[in-house]
Amino acid sequence: MSTARRYLAPVAVILVLLGAWELAARWDWISNALNIEDFLVPAPSDIAKSLWEDRSLLGSNAWVTLKEVVFGFAIAAVAGIGFALLIHLSETARRAVYPLLVASQTIPIVILAPILVVWFGFGLTPKLVIVALICFFPITVNMLDGLRSVDPDLTKMLRSLGAGRLQRLWRAEIPTALPYAFSGARVAITVSVIGAVFAEYVGSSEGLGHLINQAQAQLLTARSFAAVVVLSAMAILLFALVSLIERKVITWDSRELTRS
Amino acid sequence: MLTRLREGTPDAAREGRARPGTPDDAGAPVRIEGLAHSFGELRVIERIGLEAEPGEVVGIVGPSGCGKTTLLELVAGLRPADSGTISVGGRTAAEERLERCAYMPQRDLLLPWLSALDNAALALRIAGAPRGGARAQAGAHFERLGLAGFEGARPGELSGGMRQRVAFLRTLMAGRPVLLLDEPFASLDAITRAEMQSWLAGVLGPDKHTVLLVTHDVEEALYLSDRVLVLSSRPARIADRIEITSPRMPDRSAAVTSAEFTALKERALRSLAEAAR
Repeated sequence: MSTARRYLAPVAVILVLLGAWELAARWDWISNALNIEDFLVPAPSDIAKSLWEDRSLLGSNAWVTLKEVVFGFAIAAVAGIGFALLIHLSETARRAVYPLLVASQTIPIVILAPILVVWFGFGLTPKLVIVALICFFPITVNMLDGLRSVDPDLTKMLRSLGAGRLQRLWRAEIPTALPYAFSGARVAITVSVIGAVFAEYVGSSEGLGHLINQAQAQLLTARSFAAVVVLSAMAILLFALVSLIERKVITWDSRELTRS
Repeated sequence: MLTRLREGTPDAAREGRARPGTPDDAGAPVRIEGLAHSFGELRVIERIGLEAEPGEVVGIVGPSGCGKTTLLELVAGLRPADSGTISVGGRTAAEERLERCAYMPQRDLLLPWLSALDNAALALRIAGAPRGGARAQAGAHFERLGLAGFEGARPGELSGGMRQRVAFLRTLMAGRPVLLLDEPFASLDAITRAEMQSWLAGVLGPDKHTVLLVTHDVEEALYLSDRVLVLSSRPARIADRIEITSPRMPDRSAAVTSAEFTALKERALRSLAEAAR
């Protein structure tokens, strides 16, 4: 009952919006007034039809994109955590690497993507590079903030118990940083999907980005919108998966220490 | 009981560290001479001297913000002093003092991701003891500390008094001859605090630890200590030195209401009021 009530409001809002959209696309006088053409904005029912009729096409391409996202994200997670630890442990590394890290985020992917396609071809590699490049920054920065947020009194207590630098890192700083790292991971997994699609858009022979590109060229707008729906669903599921892992890993209340 | 606790620390804990001059169980006196410290322009501690022998508890009371915590951090070697000498068990180097002192900070600082048992065993794990061994060592004391049955509880599930006892056990399991206790019961309500004081008196009774106990509770200091030093407000100097003839009596209620205790308490409160001026 309470669960049903919890989902009632969001579902109702979505249904009302979809209904309005359907009417706007179907009723000529509205679509003419708003300049809605079939090839520009398809009706939700057309998108639903495409979702069903093109299901194998969408499925196989979604699978390609999913692999790019998951592997790219994994590379970013490992690299991001590694960089965060390196910068945290060494002031020299911090000074040397941090500006570069920020700069890496200012390079427009539009400039980078064609170069990567020339270097690595139409395969998986350039997609992994782009997804990893996008995901890596939020993970690194959040993890780093977490490592630095460790309670200074905790550090003193551990030092007095004989803990050296690595012991303090392992026993206090990394557990303190984990909730931060997960926040970064949730941001990263959401944008990773956009990264993968963009990389496919630039140069690819498969994947949802490629499918969207092709469908648009053929004015199969419903199909490209169906691909976007699949993409959104993928992002939501991945986000939920990261949140689920977070709840399994972080079994304590991370505000506990500040209260004691 | 504490002697047993100290014998209980595994050899692995000491061998694991394997640094030269690792402390032994003979007890380590604490001696401070002409200690002074400032934070930039702010002078916190000025000309403090004190001596504490093994088996003694030296209470340190003073107005808030007078540098009591800083004093303990200086003794432990967690912070370098501006001038003066501190020796712990005859050693003056900060690194060697750190090896001889177990510091219990004011906040219990239990790690929320570890169980009560793993928190208590933290020092043993840091010293390199395997998890099972460390848990067995620390767990052996849960019954006597009134923590039996709470081994697997996370800190968030424990009461304030229990958290403080786990933090105290964690300090003891470090197996150091010197205990530096910084307002160990400040966060507790009056009734629990009185219970914890009786409890600590019983625990410290026959023991050979050298204890520096910082508190702003005069009664707590006079009840638990062999000697109480009253500090002045910043910069902290020693304003009074009160010797207690029969500390840590088993019946706390009787002890703290005796005529002798009341007289000492009056003296301490007067010194404190004067020193705060």
